[in-house]
Amino acid sequence: MINKLFFVIILVFSSILFSSFNFNQKISDYNIYEGDPRNLITTSNYFEYEIKTPLFTDYAYKHRAIYIPSNKKILYQEREVLDFPIGTIISKTFYYPENFNDIDSKINLKETRILIHDVNGWIGLPYIWNNEQTEAYLEITGGTKKTSWTDIDNNRQSINYIIPNMNQCKGCHVNSGKLKPIGPTARQLNMDFKGLGNQLLIWHNKGIIDNLPDYNLLPEIAKWDDSDTYSVNDRARAWLDINCAHCHNKNGSANNTGLYLDIYEEDLKSIGINKTPVAAGRGSGHLKYDIVPGNPDKSILVYRFESTDPGIMMPELGRTMIHKEGLELIREWIRNLD
Amino acid sequence: MILCDSNVYKSIQEKFILAQPGDTIYLPKGKVNIERSLWGDNLNNVMILGYGIDSTILSFDNQIEGAEGIKIINSSNVTLKNFTIENSKGDLIKVEDTNGINFINIKAQWTGGPLEINGSYALYPVKSKNVLIDSCIAIGASDAGIYVGQSENIIVKNSEAFYNVAGIEIENSIFADVFNNYAHDNSGGILIFDLPDLLVKRGGDVRVFNNRVINNNISNFAPEGNIVAKVPAGTGIMILATSNVEIFDNYISNNKTANTSIVSYFITEEEISDSLYYPYPTSIYLYDNSYYRDKQFPSFSFKQPIGFLLAYNFWRNVPDIIYDGITDTNIIQNNFVKDEYRICIKNNKNADFVNLDLGNNFNNMSQDLAPYDCIHEKIKKVKYPFEK
Repeated sequence: MINKLFFVIILVFSSILFSSFNFNQKISDYNIYEGDPRNLITTSNYFEYEIKTPLFTDYAYKHRAIYIPSNKKILYQEREVLDFPIGTIISKTFYYPENFNDIDSKINLKETRILIHDVNGWIGLPYIWNNEQTEAYLEITGGTKKTSWTDIDNNRQSINYIIPNMNQCKGCHVNSGKLKPIGPTARQLNMDFKGLGNQLLIWHNKGIIDNLPDYNLLPEIAKWDDSDTYSVNDRARAWLDINCAHCHNKNGSANNTGLYLDIYEEDLKSIGINKTPVAAGRGSGHLKYDIVPGNPDKSILVYRFESTDPGIMMPELGRTMIHKEGLELIREWIRNLD
Repeated sequence: MILCDSNVYKSIQEKFILAQPGDTIYLPKGKVNIERSLWGDNLNNVMILGYGIDSTILSFDNQIEGAEGIKIINSSNVTLKNFTIENSKGDLIKVEDTNGINFINIKAQWTGGPLEINGSYALYPVKSKNVLIDSCIAIGASDAGIYVGQSENIIVKNSEAFYNVAGIEIENSIFADVFNNYAHDNSGGILIFDLPDLLVKRGGDVRVFNNRVINNNISNFAPEGNIVAKVPAGTGIMILATSNVEIFDNYISNNKTANTSIVSYFITEEEISDSLYYPYPTSIYLYDNSYYRDKQFPSFSFKQPIGFLLAYNFWRNVPDIIYDGITDTNIIQNNFVKDEYRICIKNNKNADFVNLDLGNNFNNMSQDLAPYDCIHEKIKKVKYPFEK
């Protein structure tokens, strides 16, 4: 009896150990990039894609690609992230062009984050690129990388770029206790891809997505920096949706705060308007309300976006810099609220 | 000797990631500097063990990333034991969405004294079930030293809290036993709060007993905007808008503004838009406590002006037990509060009382205890499934 129990325990342990060490140690094992990875050309196994309003990550550029196992399909979802089949791999490579004003300048690859849809759920893995830029290696504890570039105003920028650890990946990606992708929702993917047509229609034509509704029924999020097409309100809500709502939604890890910033939230107080903070601590900055309509300088949201102190700033992870343009958008939005 | 830096982070974080059920993660001896938050996720039946308070010191003085020192989420039966953790930029230890979290013999502190630049919470379990805090010390939090929020089935015992704004706070939580603790030299000693606009709407069934709550008179250094910034310095035990609270056998001494206060959410002067929120304290049972108070003025601050009002009315003889007197009209029948909702105050040693009648501008202020001479059924002891 005891022997049997022991055997079962060993079996359970070894299967757990096996699964946690069974991950690819190198990014090249995924066969995402064709040739020199700095060219960011995907192999035919992957579909490159873009999203409309991305998360701010210290001005890093991102290259996104997805692998869908053959004969399997994505199931369309209107609001939630799309329902990806088991075996899906989503890859996001973070990089900095040497000069943001020169698209053809040399690029520096920093990290590639991989999401794998395993039978037991999603797994998030961080890979860090080597200095030679030839390979990225799995680093479950993340890391830091000195990073510099010339920004769009021709200023030289230099930061200690922080790569999250494996558990922190989950910190953002967890919803109702389960890890999930954040970006690839229908509203974010509903956009033109490199002049080739609407991404969702391209996916539909390639036969990798099911149940796609009529084109004009597809939900759409505003592009946060396209002021010609979208209103300040729509752009601000889009920016909050992608930068905050992965935690600040009713099922997210910050649901203890009562502050819900997802694009579907309609209750004004839940969005933060005249709402007192719950557990902001010194993050309140002596201010009484999350958002004071008409007064960005009295709004805790602005105070926390404007900080780079780890004990004050929001989002808590993924940036060491202030997103100046995003902050200006939120300021403008709050100024116009009444 | 101080061990350096990213290697320590890396080796501990790696253990947090790879821990299997039944594992013990050993923290190093001595003082180590850790520059990033340590994250535990999906830890099941895991112990994180140091060599003892002040023998293992996790210092976050040079932290560059993360809103807490240690964060544990989505886990079950995790024990943190025998170490000191200090000077993180945000909270020291935050535990979220976890069933079974034991903090045992932990010192969690900001070492510069009570400063506004300190992080918010020292020990911070939230949205969790089965929480045990035993033999811990919390020092210097700019919000609450020991803060249990939106949780269920809680024991806080044998612990000490000082130099915090709030020593121990139980917020929107149900079934809590807070006993054998020593809360001193905070702005407020022990706070039992229910706040609006949260997922967990109603806390309660809280017992506070055998605690020493002494000299909680340091000036309130919480940044404005936080609910604890409204707590007047000199508060011993405060019940805010929580129902079913039993307070007994405590020694409550020289908290100069209010050794004990029982108040509704209306004293915050914040608007309530949450229709499911209940802003009144009801079914409160305060008995067999021992009080002491030197003749002294309450604390004076324009941020918490209650001290001026108390001094105006009582000079240096502020009553020990203060009730705001704001009552829900729906629980009144034939001019009396229905039995099950009453505030019962009985057999407290050396205590005087006032009902401030705050709702009517002090018009019917009364020191008569007769309306509160009643008893409630005792609240059941918290049963703790993971107790070590």
